[in-house]
Amino acid sequence: MKISRRDFIKLGAKGLVGGIMVSSLQSLVRGFAAPEKISGTYDWEKHYWGFVCDNERCIGCGKCVVACKLENKVPWEPEYNRTWVERYVITEDDKVFVDSPNGGRDGFAMEPISTKYDALNIRKSFFVPKLCNQCDNPPCVTVCPVGATYKTRDGIVLVDQEHCIGCRYCIQACPYGARYILPDTSNTVLGQANVVDKCTWCYHRITKGLLPACVEVCPAKARVFGDLDDPASPVRKILAEKHVYGLKPELGTEPKVYYIGFEKGVY
Amino acid sequence: MTGFLFPNEGIIEWDLLIVIYPFITGLVAGAFIVSSLYHVFGITSLKPVARFSLITALSFLLITPLPLAIHLGRPERALEMFLTPNLNSAMSAFGYIWFVYLLIVLAEVWFVFRPDIVKYAGSSEGLKKTIYSALALGVFEISEEAQAIDKKIVKSLAFIGIPTAFLLHGYVGFIFGAVKANPWWSTPLMPIIFIMSATVSGIALLLVSYVIMSKIRNKPVDQACLRSLSLWLMGFLTVNVVLEGLEVFSMFYEAEESWAMISQLITQKIGISYIGIQFVSGAIVPLLVLGVVEAIGVTGPAKTVLRFMASVMVIVGVFAMRWNVVIGGQLISKSLRGFSSYVPPILGINGVIVSAVIMSLPFVILAVLLYLIPPWQDEPQAVRREPLSFRTRPR
Repeated sequence: MKISRRDFIKLGAKGLVGGIMVSSLQSLVRGFAAPEKISGTYDWEKHYWGFVCDNERCIGCGKCVVACKLENKVPWEPEYNRTWVERYVITEDDKVFVDSPNGGRDGFAMEPISTKYDALNIRKSFFVPKLCNQCDNPPCVTVCPVGATYKTRDGIVLVDQEHCIGCRYCIQACPYGARYILPDTSNTVLGQANVVDKCTWCYHRITKGLLPACVEVCPAKARVFGDLDDPASPVRKILAEKHVYGLKPELGTEPKVYYIGFEKGVY
Repeated sequence: MTGFLFPNEGIIEWDLLIVIYPFITGLVAGAFIVSSLYHVFGITSLKPVARFSLITALSFLLITPLPLAIHLGRPERALEMFLTPNLNSAMSAFGYIWFVYLLIVLAEVWFVFRPDIVKYAGSSEGLKKTIYSALALGVFEISEEAQAIDKKIVKSLAFIGIPTAFLLHGYVGFIFGAVKANPWWSTPLMPIIFIMSATVSGIALLLVSYVIMSKIRNKPVDQACLRSLSLWLMGFLTVNVVLEGLEVFSMFYEAEESWAMISQLITQKIGISYIGIQFVSGAIVPLLVLGVVEAIGVTGPAKTVLRFMASVMVIVGVFAMRWNVVIGGQLISKSLRGFSSYVPPILGINGVIVSAVIMSLPFVILAVLLYLIPPWQDEPQAVRREPLSFRTRPR
């Protein structure tokens, strides 16, 4: 078969256009099909979630960290955490010491304060549970170059792991260290690797009327979860009765994890 | 690792590949600005390197996306930046800015080298003739008139290219400067510092490679050109040092909560690469050397050697600056209570070898371009003695 130069160019151009269309089809389809309402009883317009961590109640048992890792298939290694617990030790001369062995996964009993900080004149010590703050003004969402990180109508910041390109800009932008890259060997719900992962306040559970796993297992009621739009919710009750604060308020991220028990030096 | 880190901070996410990325873009922007100094502002003393700097910029520009793409966790999704961009994200602009800039540089190279390409297409044979004919894109008109139009187009392209080059590199600075979570990055000075250091590194690279190329070609170094490069280098380097100093001085003076960490970072954690390489050996010593060469009037080959050495030190200094920003910023824990550590691995995709290979690729492209379209126009220039020879207007 003889192909003239003209036909060759025509064919090539057609092939190129076709190739581009096929390769971008997935993105186009996603773009047009997404706004369809998903059937079910949950209406994300009717909720706005909030979280309370009570530093005065947390006993540092680490059950929340374990529950989270199991529930969300977070890698067991200490470098990957959707939630973790920090131990603060404040001395009489106002020095602050913080540690979080294995993210608090195994509790703190292996190295109690009495042995680890034996030489110090300790004024007080307490635990601080940490997790994604689901900021109202989330810097991670702003910086994501492809829009894989987004905020839901009910106030949760999620990652579309089938869309994330793994650039890690959101990890840099998060002031709280809440994000990490899933390692190659990970076996997550979506089976994605080398993409970003973070706490979702167990979105798959709360949208079914369940509590986040960490709240469910906490034996000290140090973690409280509820609907900020519902006046009867436990979170609203605490916000009405207690003095609370959010982490790094100066950055304007408007975190939605409210802490009871303010202490200088907790970031 | 010292002190307390948030548990997820154990891994340095932006590694050596992200250090060489702004280094490469900086060289692009700087080299392009040198060519524009000639093409737009008529700095005739830079004529011997004007065409060379243009193809140098192109060689580095072509490699710019490479370290970014292979650093992605999912490189196969890289094009999503074009297809589903989040326009609120500074990073989503990269592809567009890069592409526009590539078009400008490619067009300028084509217009500048068109007469040569047409001549080669006429004089060569076989495969070479085919290549040159293809490069000519079917336009073989090189009359005086056509060339005059070309010149005007080149001038406008070089003119548009300057803000685009600034945009390309200022954008890189903005990527870091706009991260409020990171006290070492978060400053509006960052884009300006990046642009200045980019220009500095580009001029220094041209000075170094021009001297090396002259040696290879066994041609005398044009001293007027070298002096002009050296003076421009001194000028931009001075502004750069002042800005970088101002940045850290204002952090010190404001003494915010994070200053305790930053002072430890720059004196201990990255003390050698920050104070030692970025400031002392990468800026102050070269400034002194270049100043002495100008003031005392060193003569003979020593002058070339000193300027060459100073420029090499400047390039190393700018590389250290990239390192200090990218790696330094990630060493400080966001808990403000500890430091992580980073030593690049030798092997692996994030290793030293891969980065070295990437850094050498622009030179391979440059060698091919030098072979195909030699930029040299060896007409001896009179060594001018006026105090500021770079202000000489074209005659």
